[in-house]
Amino acid sequence: MPDAQVGLTRRQAHDQRLRRRALLVAGASTLGVILAMVFLVPLAPGWERVQQSFFNAEVFARTFPKLLNAFLLDVAIFAWSVPLIACLGLAVALARDVRNPVLYPLRLFGALYTDIFRGVPVVLVVYLVGFGIPGLGLPRPWNSPYIWGTVALVLTYSAYVAEIFRSGIESVHQSQRNAALSLGLTRGDAMRYVVLPQAIRRVIPAQMNMLIALQKDVALLSFIGPVEIFRQAGVFKSLLANFTPYVVAAVIFLIITVPATRLADHLIARQNRARS
Amino acid sequence: MQRQLTIALGTAFCLAAGSALAGGHCAAGKTLEDGKLTIATGNPAYFPWVIDDAPEAGEGFEAAVAFAVAAEMGFEAADVVWVRAGFDESIQPGAKNFDFNVQQFSITEDRDKIVDFSAAYYSSAMAVLTTQAAIDAGAAPDLASLKTLKWGADANTTAVPMLTDLVAPTSDPLLYNDNTDVTAAMQAGQIDAALFDLPTALYLAAVVVEGGVILGQFPADRTENPDEFGFLMEDGTPLKACVDEAISALKANGALAEIEATWLSETTGVPVIK
Repeated sequence: MPDAQVGLTRRQAHDQRLRRRALLVAGASTLGVILAMVFLVPLAPGWERVQQSFFNAEVFARTFPKLLNAFLLDVAIFAWSVPLIACLGLAVALARDVRNPVLYPLRLFGALYTDIFRGVPVVLVVYLVGFGIPGLGLPRPWNSPYIWGTVALVLTYSAYVAEIFRSGIESVHQSQRNAALSLGLTRGDAMRYVVLPQAIRRVIPAQMNMLIALQKDVALLSFIGPVEIFRQAGVFKSLLANFTPYVVAAVIFLIITVPATRLADHLIARQNRARS
Repeated sequence: MQRQLTIALGTAFCLAAGSALAGGHCAAGKTLEDGKLTIATGNPAYFPWVIDDAPEAGEGFEAAVAFAVAAEMGFEAADVVWVRAGFDESIQPGAKNFDFNVQQFSITEDRDKIVDFSAAYYSSAMAVLTTQAAIDAGAAPDLASLKTLKWGADANTTAVPMLTDLVAPTSDPLLYNDNTDVTAAMQAGQIDAALFDLPTALYLAAVVVEGGVILGQFPADRTENPDEFGFLMEDGTPLKACVDEAISALKANGALAEIEATWLSETTGVPVIK
């Protein structure tokens, strides 16, 4: 190189200047929007009432510990639902991929199942399974709303998860199965050792989104009795005639879901990089 | 007699003012719509508070009280407009679509910070609704027995703190969105007992819950936290004074007691919980 000077080339220096300017502009505009929100919203005539009803510091402090405690129930329901959903979802996805004509009913069942449970509102499933099945006369503790509420969640979410798994399975090219079969693997082994490892890895980011959605929908179990965070917030709302407890619940949810969302985004970005 | 006088007076004032004002009573100009009194109730409104979900007919305790208060304030029955508004709509900040809301709202200090309540128009005993099956299994109207039951309640009511304060059950109570869900859980055998105000409990036991029984009641006049119902109004409304005045007048002349006797007469004879 003739002029091997230390430092940046002219182009790099130019790029850096541009980047710095972009950062400055972005920072300034963000600051501007935040300032406008902080100063302009309180100017609205009803702000004081809204603040009193939704952002009441006293109510916030009073309800936070109990709501955090109630949130543990959400975490527990979530924790025992996830493995069940993963298993049932995968099973349904496999049922929909069956190629043997004798097993066609299985395929039909898989299609019907996903159609029905993706089409019906989760709340309805929770009510129907949570009140309906125990109403048949099951003895305690088998009529517990925790059991049947979980069943309702698992049924609904498995349908979505199954469809995602299926899209993953179908994204693995047919030639790979053929290659596996020509190597002497059985159909089952080809699925297990060749298709599924790739399929599952491909759909992990999409499944992360389902996890995030499930975290929020766990609150629907409150409709059939369990006092989890959403219900506890509702009790406080009713007793205090104030919506702040819901804001508290939202904050607690965000503490969990924001990192999870970021992780999902990160996984998707990594996958896209790997593909390109 | 007094009502006729009020109406006569009202008419006179109307003529004098030359407008459709609802009388020269203190409510004039303070209502949502001039000359009309807009009253909200629940959707649906339940027996025996409103009969057949038709408050316009004036049948049922709360419907009757609302019309009596309206008359006392100088509104004719034709000038009373009914709307529906749930609890959440009623406590939201901002303008309301009613002058007052009558829906078994219990008056509490905390709620009073956000909305206004009228003077109490009813003091409710709390009653324990259960099923014959639970009684056969040994449920009895004493606190020791009540503690061991599996409890449920409507999450939006003051029954929840009362349950934890009065009964303090050993297992966590299950809470539901409304009466219907509580009774569904009871039918499904998920809960043994639920706490309601006495008139509601009587209705649910007689009509809704199969094999429903009232186990007993916590009397209304207990010293701590009596459950008193008041009309809910927007915070700081000038109408409150008029409504309070009307309610105390109805209390003084015995009209309120009469309405209670008409619509809530069966509430006697329920054993008191020791």
